[in-house]
Amino acid sequence: MPDEQPQRRPGGGETFPAVAFALAIVAVIGFVAVYFGSADTQALGIFAFVCLMGIGVGMATWAKRFLSPAEPEVEDRGRLASTEEEIAAFHADFDAGEYQLERRSLLGKLLVGAVAATGLGALVPFLSLGPNPKSSFKETPWSPGARVVDEQGNPVAATSINTDGILTVFPEGQVGDEFAQTLLIGVRSEAFVPASGRESWTVDGVAAFSKVCTHAGCPVGLYQAAQGLLLCPCHQSTFDINNAAEPIFGPAAVPLPQLPLSVDADGNLVADGSLSAPPGPGFWNQNRQ
Amino acid sequence: MTATDATEPGTGPADDTSTDVAPAHRHPKAHQRAGRLGRWIDSRTGIARVGRGALNKVFPNHWSFLLGEIALYSFVVLLLTGIYLTLFFDADSTGMTTYDGSYGPMQGVQVSEAYNSALEISFDVKGGLLVRQIHHWAALVFVGAIVLHLCRVFFTGAFRRPRELNWVVGCTLFMLAVVNGFAGYSLLDDQLSGTGLRIGYSVLISIPVIGPWLGSLIFGGNFPGDDVIARLYPIHILVVPLLIIAMLTVHLTVLIRHKHTHFPGKGARDDNVVGERLWPTYVFKAGALFFCVFGALALLGGIAQINPVWLYGPFRAEDVSSASQPDWYMGWLEGALRLMPGWETRIAGFTIPNPFYAGVVPAAIVFGGLYAWPWIERRVTKDHAEHHVLDRPRDVPWRTAIGVGVLAFTGVLGFAGSDDVLVVTFGLSVNQAVWFFRVALFALPVISGFVAYRLCIELQRRDGPPPLPTVPVPDTETDGSAGTQDPALVGDAGGGQRHDGSDPADA
Ligand code: FES
Repeated sequence: MPDEQPQRRPGGGETFPAVAFALAIVAVIGFVAVYFGSADTQALGIFAFVCLMGIGVGMATWAKRFLSPAEPEVEDRGRLASTEEEIAAFHADFDAGEYQLERRSLLGKLLVGAVAATGLGALVPFLSLGPNPKSSFKETPWSPGARVVDEQGNPVAATSINTDGILTVFPEGQVGDEFAQTLLIGVRSEAFVPASGRESWTVDGVAAFSKVCTHAGCPVGLYQAAQGLLLCPCHQSTFDINNAAEPIFGPAAVPLPQLPLSVDADGNLVADGSLSAPPGPGFWNQNRQ
Repeated sequence: MTATDATEPGTGPADDTSTDVAPAHRHPKAHQRAGRLGRWIDSRTGIARVGRGALNKVFPNHWSFLLGEIALYSFVVLLLTGIYLTLFFDADSTGMTTYDGSYGPMQGVQVSEAYNSALEISFDVKGGLLVRQIHHWAALVFVGAIVLHLCRVFFTGAFRRPRELNWVVGCTLFMLAVVNGFAGYSLLDDQLSGTGLRIGYSVLISIPVIGPWLGSLIFGGNFPGDDVIARLYPIHILVVPLLIIAMLTVHLTVLIRHKHTHFPGKGARDDNVVGERLWPTYVFKAGALFFCVFGALALLGGIAQINPVWLYGPFRAEDVSSASQPDWYMGWLEGALRLMPGWETRIAGFTIPNPFYAGVVPAAIVFGGLYAWPWIERRVTKDHAEHHVLDRPRDVPWRTAIGVGVLAFTGVLGFAGSDDVLVVTFGLSVNQAVWFFRVALFALPVISGFVAYRLCIELQRRDGPPPLPTVPVPDTETDGSAGTQDPALVGDAGGGQRHDGSDPADA
């Protein structure tokens, strides 16, 4: 068969690709065996690797040994754009059709308008996806008299928070709620300076601040008691608890809202009002009523 | 087809005619059978006519042309592994269950059905962890290959006329890939992905006017909302993949229509394609590359742990895992959020919150700039001609400098996104690290851009004088001389395509 000789170039061997393909078949057997055996992820991965690479490398070496042309091929690129005549012919045909519509241009405009209006109207049902944010965004989860409970739902005695200690709490019935989470902090009375009007918001050296970062909502849970700094782990915003939780470093621009505290008859903490501002990240009309 | 026109006058393979008849001699029976089926199909489609042109299509050969292919093959792997995963995954973040699978430390913990099924795939579905990890690695490689492919196209000027359309489609594919990657790893309802979703939500509601509505509609109310994971699931497995497939179809169709660009040399001109024929050379190389990409991903999926959600734990609103790292392609957005000083704008009672400036504006500028680049560059160069021969990066120093600068900018942001890890590694304070990155963010792009510029000039100088100009395809938009190649235009247009270091637009 002399006619298939010109395709081959001297010096090429079939051994390498043949071994690669054979290895791929063996690897499939290995893969199946491991699947029915231990199903070990690493063994499965290695057999899959040998199998796929065997095919890939085999094809590549085969292509290299037998198939690469000595000389590069050259192909004409042809022209991309239509000729002037083709464009003119297109216009002629289009105009011929358009001519019949022209006198009904009002109809044409109405048709476009009707289709556009239908398209816009079809978007309206997507409003069912969520509530109007106006109301829900401004709710503050705490109300006066709400009992303070910990993550297990147990009431918290004011005396159970030591100086420098912290505890994550929620309003009773809302344990685990994203925006209700609040941090009780045993502040150092000599360093803590309450904001004006908030002198009575702490109980026995326990202050309460929203745990939701005002930057992007992460729980701010790292307390450096010595400096009275509360750190957000997400983008390192730092809030000065001793100074009304004002942000002193990082991207947060507004302080953490504070919760006024008092105690009920059993000595357990309750909210004495709602948070000083809605908790969580900002949005454009957050300060509008 | 033009392909046969070009190969017949002696430039094609010497045995052009003999290969056409050889198979019939070799395997008469098989040939007849294939022939009958072939004729059946051909008489209903006329496929042989088109098919012959396809067989002879010439593909230029350069390693950097494989980057887009790697992206394509990663996408195929994503589809294959993704289909398998959908058979086991349950995108329910509200239904709670007590974990009782074979991962000991999590037994007895209350988890969502979504997290539960992620653990089930990882520990109790045979081969499930392998497929899950291949899927995740393939997503990382997919976006990575897209970025490298985009860099190749940018630095070689392959986006110039007539390829602006494919540049825009490519940028869209890049965005879709990033969006789907984020949507994908947000499904598992673990602590890390929950934190990512929360930050995404905060960035979303920070957009002026429409932000709160967008947040509410996507999440079904305030974060975390009951619906977001159930909604991200069809987006991740159906909507975005369909969009990617549609965009890919356009991308590849336009590529075939244009024929691939090639680097100067080896007789490459603006009116020809120099390379290897589709059949069999290119088919074998492409097939080989597919299997090698798949094989490498299988190895990574087998031995390189990725996204171990069982270590992160289920999402709980009041917890956060510190030093949590997003997937690499989200790192630069995370870094921008971290480096932004605590500023926000208040005008007339309205607020533009901080995450808008860090989370939306840089992304909008980078993607906006990407989309607009072919037109920005054309304003500068006034070059309206068709280009099929690529620039080498050194040929256009100012473009190369800008590209390097943008890479440095996003690179600094990416490293800043891991600054907590770097702080621990190098024993810095967070404060020092943030300030270091803030300075680097503006200094490094300028410095690296300048160095790249000087390097290009130096490389050009070593090359000596530029090679002879290439023959241009006539510009029908401006000169209208359709079909004729005016000899007077040749030298002018060809020479005008090269930019030397003294280009006035280097600022
Ligand atoms: S969420 Fe707290 S710093 Fe960004």
